[in-house]
Amino acid sequence: MKFSAMRMREKLIVRVIARALIPFILLFGLYVQFHGDFGPGGGFQAGVIFAAGFVLYGLVFSLEDLKRVVPWRVVELGVASGLLIYGGVGVASLLLGGNFLDYKVLDSHDAMHGLHLGIILVELGVGLAVSASMLAIFYAFAGRREAR
Amino acid sequence: MLPSEFLLLLFLAITALVIARLEYLFAAAMLTGIFSLLSAGLFTLMDAVDVAFTEAAVGAGVSTVLMLGTLSLTVREERQGKTRILPFLIVGLTGGALFFGTLDMPHYGDPTAPIHQYLAPDYIAGAENEFGLPNIVTAILASYRGFDTLGEVAVIVTAALGIMALLASGRGQEEAGDK
Repeated sequence: MKFSAMRMREKLIVRVIARALIPFILLFGLYVQFHGDFGPGGGFQAGVIFAAGFVLYGLVFSLEDLKRVVPWRVVELGVASGLLIYGGVGVASLLLGGNFLDYKVLDSHDAMHGLHLGIILVELGVGLAVSASMLAIFYAFAGRREAR
Repeated sequence: MLPSEFLLLLFLAITALVIARLEYLFAAAMLTGIFSLLSAGLFTLMDAVDVAFTEAAVGAGVSTVLMLGTLSLTVREERQGKTRILPFLIVGLTGGALFFGTLDMPHYGDPTAPIHQYLAPDYIAGAENEFGLPNIVTAILASYRGFDTLGEVAVIVTAALGIMALLASGRGQEEAGDK
């Protein structure tokens, strides 16, 4: 399948359009991530959209190009640290004297602030874990294809 | 409102039939993406924007890419076997039983349905009063059901780890890519 990837690289229109689109896809992913409290969306959707931007880059250019942008090690770290952030928020609220994942204790002055902080952190963990997982799955499939 | 829902459902049914009949797997993979996009439209009409969002991003986007990735590892044409009656009968009976089951379910959007009686009013009031969040889905996912969401993230991470262990052997795979 390597030759088809090369053919894709020679397609000027696809390349130019993808280059123009990718920043907007990533920006939209960030918007969905941080606007999830107020509009539709949240960590999961944002993670998938964010990963889709990179997957598009990997499809239009090549897996090696994508690996130069997001190395395998970063993906591995993202998968693990996303879950760690989520669980860490829970442990942090335990240590601050609340129940597991009780966000109210995260801010000693204003319970509402603590709630919002907890939700934002947890969504960040979800987004990180999901986008890194999607990329890991794509890397695994595409890497197998190029190894053949 | 109603005609567009029926139109989408009709398109869904047609797409499903075409996917089942197609032997050219590349087109079938693209059609599954269209199927997801149509169901995302249906979810939007049902005011479930968060679900529609996920369906469009995962179903139409990522899983289509993964299907194409899998296709490049196998053949592009499905080998047509003999049409067998028994599997068709089993599938038909199961589908019929599912349809029969929906007859007992409350009507779509019925406010007296059990699912709208138990916890939902508390959630709807709480998202506004307790959290001050306009998006109830986020309040439920991140806080009321924070435990479940933690479990979901763990499931996704486990899936990624499983695929990493099965298909890509980490550093060894990178070395193979460098060759």
